[in-house]
Amino acid sequence: MRASKHPEASRACRPAVLALAAALPLALAATAVAQTAPAHGRYDIGTPLTETRLAPWNIDVAPDGRNLPAGQGTVAAGRTLYAAQCAACHGAQGEGGQGDRLAGGAGTLASAKPVRTVGSYWPYATTLYDYIRRAMPLYAPQSLTSDQVYSATAYLLHLNGLLPEDATLDAQALRQIRMPNRDGFVDDPRPDVAVAGGPPAKP
Amino acid sequence: MQASTDSSLALDGEADEPAPAARTRRDFLRRGVAAGGLLAATAAVRAAPAANVMPSPAAAAPADAPLEIPAWTRAPGAATGAQLYGQPSAFEKKVVRHLRPNDKQYISSSTRSPLQELDGIITPNGLFYERHHGGVPAIDPAQHRLAVHGLVDAPLLFTMDDLRRFPSESHIYFLECSGNPGYSVYGKTAAEANGLVSCAEWTGVPLRTVLAEAGVQPKAKWVVAEGADAAAMTRSIPLEKCLDDALLVYSQNGERLRPEQGYPVRLLLPGFEGNMSIKWLRRLHVTDSPVYSREETSKYTDLMPDGTARRFTFYMEAKSIITAPSGGQRLAQHGFHEIRGIAWSGRGKIARVEVSVDDGATWHQAELQSPVLSRAITRFRFPWKWQGEPTVIQSRATDETGYVQPTLEALVAVRGVNGTYHNNAITPWRVAATGEVTNARIKAS
Repeated sequence: MRASKHPEASRACRPAVLALAAALPLALAATAVAQTAPAHGRYDIGTPLTETRLAPWNIDVAPDGRNLPAGQGTVAAGRTLYAAQCAACHGAQGEGGQGDRLAGGAGTLASAKPVRTVGSYWPYATTLYDYIRRAMPLYAPQSLTSDQVYSATAYLLHLNGLLPEDATLDAQALRQIRMPNRDGFVDDPRPDVAVAGGPPAKP
Repeated sequence: MQASTDSSLALDGEADEPAPAARTRRDFLRRGVAAGGLLAATAAVRAAPAANVMPSPAAAAPADAPLEIPAWTRAPGAATGAQLYGQPSAFEKKVVRHLRPNDKQYISSSTRSPLQELDGIITPNGLFYERHHGGVPAIDPAQHRLAVHGLVDAPLLFTMDDLRRFPSESHIYFLECSGNPGYSVYGKTAAEANGLVSCAEWTGVPLRTVLAEAGVQPKAKWVVAEGADAAAMTRSIPLEKCLDDALLVYSQNGERLRPEQGYPVRLLLPGFEGNMSIKWLRRLHVTDSPVYSREETSKYTDLMPDGTARRFTFYMEAKSIITAPSGGQRLAQHGFHEIRGIAWSGRGKIARVEVSVDDGATWHQAELQSPVLSRAITRFRFPWKWQGEPTVIQSRATDETGYVQPTLEALVAVRGVNGTYHNNAITPWRVAATGEVTNARIKAS
């Protein structure tokens, strides 16, 4: 019960309920709380969550760039970081290895052997920041600082010809980058394959 | 004997009657002798491997030898409580998940459910398929928290005890990886071909109940779900699905979730691609638009031959596969065989499963085993009398929307082979004259 975890808050907003609860057996009191004093929902379960408390977990970054942290990085710093923490799996120039290929592949998506990389396939640059921050490097995720993530993002965009050698990347610059395959995605058209001409099954 | 073209029809009275293996073998040998050379030769071919795989005394003994009283009858067995968490028989050691031997690494990898070894519709928890992107975390449930925030009236943090206090529900649903399988890789066994699917009874709290507790605001349209694993796996889910049949699951088949299935709490989105049912769930961010995470842009999008890619391809379309007899198995004798398999659809109930035993020339309706549940695995079976003819057997499912499972050729004609995901094609099994069963898509070497 929230009341037991945060007596101060509960007292402040539900004095009548607590007075009632004190006069009743425990089980009845719980029922009374649920039915008569919903703080947010009908069950009064859960603890209020502040933005400050949530902040370390609140890491998803959508294409509009909301939720990008302060800070900045450079292609140059990203090059150093990449060599130290990324190249072993993704190749010295993003050509791939144990990890995905990250660079190149422009113009291959409609070919027999498409090469899907950050530059050729990903629709949003913000996804790069989001993913590096949450899941990379593979053996030490969420270990990079905000500036390091900006730098790694900047270097990968540079490897794909989307940022110049001397570029600096921050939240505003990142959300303004338009990826080459931005308009390459369509919504699900399925069912798209009709089975026709087959003989009806015998009952 | 019936002509091979009739082999799929109703069986005659003699074969319909269930017979012990030994008696069937005797009958067969007697008939073989009477019928002369050809059948006798076939019997010899089949008898040798059968003796290899079934070295029981009865097989080698004369037909009228008295039955032995085995050692396990002559002495007490293991003491009660020798295993406080029970394990399968030591004779079932081969029934394990299939791990591909040559993955680049095993942090982001998968194992496949041994479909060919399973009966019924419930996958045992230890054999449920796995797909992890950052390994399997060892989460202390006392420390685990679920955050609900964003476009809600009251952001809330829940403990596991909190979540288990909500009114609970239990439902049987399948779960399938959308990469089950790719378009150009053909597995040798049912597990290798289609083992990234499993089915369980899930217990938890409806997601809509938990969202209502926080109070979803009118502008909300999506919920971004995130795991507490090292991948912090993240997917955007339409709010409509979250308010429909989505579950926050803490138990599977009666016991707490296994670590590899998301312990202590996971999302379960019936009928949607498995990747979206976020395991080790730590956060639900209620938003007005998708986050376009790596797992819904770079991955889990379906590249088409024209270079466009389909996004938000959530539904797993109707599929079926024959699990017995299936690749890697062998028909040890002519005569009656029950063709068995499973079917499922992300869009509802299975309405019909058809089986062909003549390489697709004719199709016959299989019997569905109840219960036939929406978005759950459904068992089908079809009686077959195999007379030794080489052939191809296959099944195709139709769901309650009228959608019919296509052939791989029909799928590829529309989607090409580079889409990676959502291959729900028919799996054809070749049955050789020797009784060996192989994937008909793999060219004989």
